[in-house]
Amino acid sequence: VSRLLVRGGRVLDPASGRDEGGDVLIEDGRIAAVGRDLDARGAERLEAEGGWIAPGFVDLHAHLREPGQEYKEDIASGGRSAVAGGFTAVACMANTQPVNDDPATTDFILDRARKDSPARIYPVAAATRGQQGEVMTEMAALVGAGAVAFSDDGKTIMDSGVMRRVLEYSRLVGAPVISHCEDRTLVRDGVVNEGPVSTRLGLPGNPAVAEVVHIERDLRLAELTGAHLHVAHVSTAGGVEAIRRARERGVNVTAEVTPHHLTLTDEATLGYDTHTKVAPPLRSAEDVRACRRGLADGTLDAIATDHAPHALHEKDLDFAEAPPGMIGFETAVAVVLELVRAGEISPLELVRRLSTQPARILRRPGGSLEPGAPADVVLIDPERRWTYDPAKGWSKSRNSPWAGRALVGRVMATLVAGRLVYHADRGVLVP
Amino acid sequence: VIERDLLGIEDLDREDIERILQTAAHMQEVGEREIKKVPTLRGRTIVNLFFEPSTRTRASFEIAGKRLSADVVNFSTASSSVKKAESILDTARTLDAMDPDAVIVRHSVAGVPKRIADVLDAPVVNAGDGAHEHPTQALLDLFTVHQEKGRIDGLTVAIIGDIAHSRVARSNIFGFLKLGAEVRVAAPPTMLPAQVETLGVKAFTSLREAIDGADVVMALRIQSERLAGSYFPSVREYAATFGLDRAKLRFAKDDAIVMHPGPVNRGVELASELTDHRPSVILDQVRNGVAIRMAVLYLYAGRRSSRPRQRRSGEGWK
Repeated sequence: VSRLLVRGGRVLDPASGRDEGGDVLIEDGRIAAVGRDLDARGAERLEAEGGWIAPGFVDLHAHLREPGQEYKEDIASGGRSAVAGGFTAVACMANTQPVNDDPATTDFILDRARKDSPARIYPVAAATRGQQGEVMTEMAALVGAGAVAFSDDGKTIMDSGVMRRVLEYSRLVGAPVISHCEDRTLVRDGVVNEGPVSTRLGLPGNPAVAEVVHIERDLRLAELTGAHLHVAHVSTAGGVEAIRRARERGVNVTAEVTPHHLTLTDEATLGYDTHTKVAPPLRSAEDVRACRRGLADGTLDAIATDHAPHALHEKDLDFAEAPPGMIGFETAVAVVLELVRAGEISPLELVRRLSTQPARILRRPGGSLEPGAPADVVLIDPERRWTYDPAKGWSKSRNSPWAGRALVGRVMATLVAGRLVYHADRGVLVP
Repeated sequence: VIERDLLGIEDLDREDIERILQTAAHMQEVGEREIKKVPTLRGRTIVNLFFEPSTRTRASFEIAGKRLSADVVNFSTASSSVKKAESILDTARTLDAMDPDAVIVRHSVAGVPKRIADVLDAPVVNAGDGAHEHPTQALLDLFTVHQEKGRIDGLTVAIIGDIAHSRVARSNIFGFLKLGAEVRVAAPPTMLPAQVETLGVKAFTSLREAIDGADVVMALRIQSERLAGSYFPSVREYAATFGLDRAKLRFAKDDAIVMHPGPVNRGVELASELTDHRPSVILDQVRNGVAIRMAVLYLYAGRRSSRPRQRRSGEGWK
């Protein structure tokens, strides 16, 4: 029996509601016991030094770029970056080259993950072939191969009839359909939030209503079909409100929000820095406040990074041409800890939205420190000050709006199935 | 002290603008001489880096540079390898390695001059970026209005047309507001940018209300490609509702002047009868453009005496 005692921390376990000082004992890759004065004879020790001991984070939304765009990221580098950010499991989006729309590609991703990634990898398959928004994918075969959800992500399904069928058919396999809700006919060439900032910058605006009307459409279709709709990266006050009302009338909907939409406004774009270009765009201060309230009251179930690596030369293009997206694993927890310090959410609820809820949405184990659960564990020092330098990070890409910024709160160690895969002083340890 | 780069009127304060306008008044005198050339920028290299076709602005900068005896090099997309394959910043770094004394940048996307200025050693002058700013156009417009009216303070300026897609509008809004004028904008609602009032202007959807009592009426060029984007239904309807002619101009002040950044779509935003004669001052704007650009080149390209970075002198060949 291999035993490891994670010692002397604040144990935060949303699954049981536990928030108290204690230790966590791990045996053979699973949680064995949680509490004080555990019988840990012969166990190795990992000191939490008063920091948080929490279930490993589960990211519902990331782009690992393999196969096809390995110059931006691959499953090995993405997996390392994930565990360095405390994520023990990552759902990777289907917009690879080729698109993950058939079981062979899903197999390939999982094979790579087994060999290369310290984090668990959950492939999200495309909802339609080639993300073309026309013919749905073989959902049963894809789930058989290991796909956990379906999404065309940034290639939003604009044909409402196709979306209805996709949602209906998804009930066959019981996997969520993740929707990037933006009405492309309203977005057009918009690249920044429409409002005073787009007016000053002279860049085409992307109006908040483009997200709101699309969320409303998908909510109605989810209501009609009874399928599980998961709304990706909500960024608008109107979107939060629409989801809140739908939930009240019993629609089967879950939703995520990103660290950047919780903490940055469109004013970050005023210097034309393409690292602030993201889809959906950074919104107004009012939208940010609404997203934070939505996260606190549970309307927004989960925090997802939308980790989207791009090469330097791609971000060196002009603002219209540069691809949207930012990397996010390694900064996520430090960025969202701002909400805890502002008194808007408790540490336990924050952890719930980073681990327990996303695991539940994907119907995967994780997000729990209950005995018998997989020992996916993260240690956090919520007060550690550090300066983020993407060049010293684990992703292949460096496109982050937080580059060079002083952050507070850091991942000290990450365990996957009881194995230490990341330690702040020693880096990523396996494979 | 003026900033290193001229990226937009928004970044300037009133004193900066007045200094440029005063300098332009001196430069105008050079243009009136028999030999229109002074040695002020002799030995300096100015690059016109135009990613977007332009005849008028480029020629104006080129003439301005040559009147100051600078060597002016045109580097435009039509005659170079600037494609998507090479990022704008790579292009800029390549140019910088040739040690220009100033780079004049025009691009169809807002923000490109700023991004280039961030990596370039040489001062950057924005010659128009997307729908963001066109600072030298606003400066020449301010100069022209001052010439006509003797002041800017207290005037009422109405800008008519596609405000949403106009860099000329933005730069003029900032410029006239900073010098104390009241600025109104008027357009069909589809061509007003989101929350345009946040810029400090009054917005109208009626031409008549916008020019009521105005001292200056500026018409903007309507671009027919906006038709495809469903911004307005037809040129005919635009001309009928927002096109300026003598009849509509009656609502402005009796001594109101009419301006246009050119080139004019005759009979669309401006009736032919208004284009060629007073109260239109369109050709004065063009003429003043050279003086303004001379002033800008003098102030921005003329003071670069010592180089901030270590230079390799090529002694290996000596």
